[in-house]
Amino acid sequence: MTEQRTIPAPHIEEETRPFWEGVREGKLLVKYCRSCEAPHYYPRSICPHCGSDDTFFKESDGRGHIYSFSVFHAAPIPYAIAYVTLADTDISMMTNIVNCDFDSLAIGQEVKVFFAETEGDGPPMPMFEPA
Amino acid sequence: MTIKGKAYIVGAYEHPTRKAVDKSLAQLHAEVAKGALDDAGLTKDDVDGYFCAGDAPGLGGLSMIDYMGLKLRHIDTTETGGSSYVIHVAHAAQAIAEGKCKVALITLAGKPRSSGEATGTKPRNYGTDSPDVAFELPFAPTIVNNYAMCARRHMYEFGTTSEQLAWIKVAASHHAQHNPNAMLRKVVTVEEVVNSPMIADPLHRLDCCVISDGGGALVVVAPEVAAELNRPKVRIIGAGEAPKHQMGGRVNLTYSAGAFSGPAAFEEAGVKPSDIKYASIYDSFTVTVLIQLEDLGFCAKGDGGKFVADGNLISGVGKLPFNTDGGGLCNNHPGNRGGMTKVIEAVRQLRGEAHPAVQVANCDLAVAHGTGGSLGTRHAAGTLILERV
Repeated sequence: MTEQRTIPAPHIEEETRPFWEGVREGKLLVKYCRSCEAPHYYPRSICPHCGSDDTFFKESDGRGHIYSFSVFHAAPIPYAIAYVTLADTDISMMTNIVNCDFDSLAIGQEVKVFFAETEGDGPPMPMFEPA
Repeated sequence: MTIKGKAYIVGAYEHPTRKAVDKSLAQLHAEVAKGALDDAGLTKDDVDGYFCAGDAPGLGGLSMIDYMGLKLRHIDTTETGGSSYVIHVAHAAQAIAEGKCKVALITLAGKPRSSGEATGTKPRNYGTDSPDVAFELPFAPTIVNNYAMCARRHMYEFGTTSEQLAWIKVAASHHAQHNPNAMLRKVVTVEEVVNSPMIADPLHRLDCCVISDGGGALVVVAPEVAAELNRPKVRIIGAGEAPKHQMGGRVNLTYSAGAFSGPAAFEEAGVKPSDIKYASIYDSFTVTVLIQLEDLGFCAKGDGGKFVADGNLISGVGKLPFNTDGGGLCNNHPGNRGGMTKVIEAVRQLRGEAHPAVQVANCDLAVAHGTGGSLGTRHAAGTLILERV
């Protein structure tokens, strides 16, 4: 693989700590609402769809497809930013596509989650690689 | 309450500088304020309402109000990024309609060029309190790769091409050749745009706006004040503002908040896109213009590529002259915020004071539209419908 960008560690709030504990265990947790039953991303304590505060985390299988992407050719170390739509929730999350040939990426391409190390003692970030 | 006909733009000023190493940010704000008030034939002592956004130094507007020695009845520091000043015009009209002020001053200034800011290519950190930052910043989102994702999705869904996007830059360059203050005055071709270096695919260097210092200001007044002034009168007849975001993960990059602000503004004004003689459309990138034109109703969703092709946005050539100052793509992008200059060029067109080579004949109805933030994540749009009286 080509040289990898150094990934800054995310800032963790108590509100989202379960998400970060999840990725440390290799799980991608998505927040759902008990009231309207809809998933949302990024995780919030209050559902952005219906306003209920009865929300809970549920594991996604981490499979999805690329909604859109862009390879940043002008960056010192080129990288691919993307929105990936998770197959089991139908929500899209910002991410990077890694472990891939940038020239072969396409919208609709199937991908699976890959937990990428971050700086220091930070939790890994949920990125995606070709499935 | 409608703002239709309740307020007039009587002063507009664009700072001629594009690199202001030796000027302070406060000084730039004060210079554009003075320029717009001089243009209107008013003084700072006439101002009783002040509007600024996050580019103003200090706490909200307080430092600039202190610097300029203003005595006010009304302050509004609405911050929606580059669209702030379009929305400020609407808010000024609302305040005037409600009797909260009679002479509203709006200023913008910034120095990203002289401070060496990598405006579009460095990830922007809005601070760890911003709830989205932990879930986005590690992926290195920048302004340019955000908009690039919008462009790619548009291409995927509607068959839009890089050549079609390039026509937007080509049109801007045709206009900029007549603007002595423009940063990029060379007329470019579609081939030159698509052969310029790829920044974040599918956006090339020439799909991106310039980085410039500078600023601008506007003066919006009540009808009775406008009646006493000698400048050509530009009446505000419709306005819309709206946000759009990731919708909790239901991401859709093919349209913008202009799909809401545009129809609201046209409805208030009682006119249709086909009535518009001139359009100022925020052009942070070529794709920004394409998506906005569709959202405002100048063509159907997905038809933007065909609409902008073959010079349709070039004054004197196409059906919808746009950004006749050269826009952000060629002229300037003061403070990384393009909304102010969009309103200013629309005012010039309606006054008949644009450069003769780009002045639209009998220009009596114009739209000025901007988005602020990022189309790829969260942003707000402002739309104004302006008419010459």
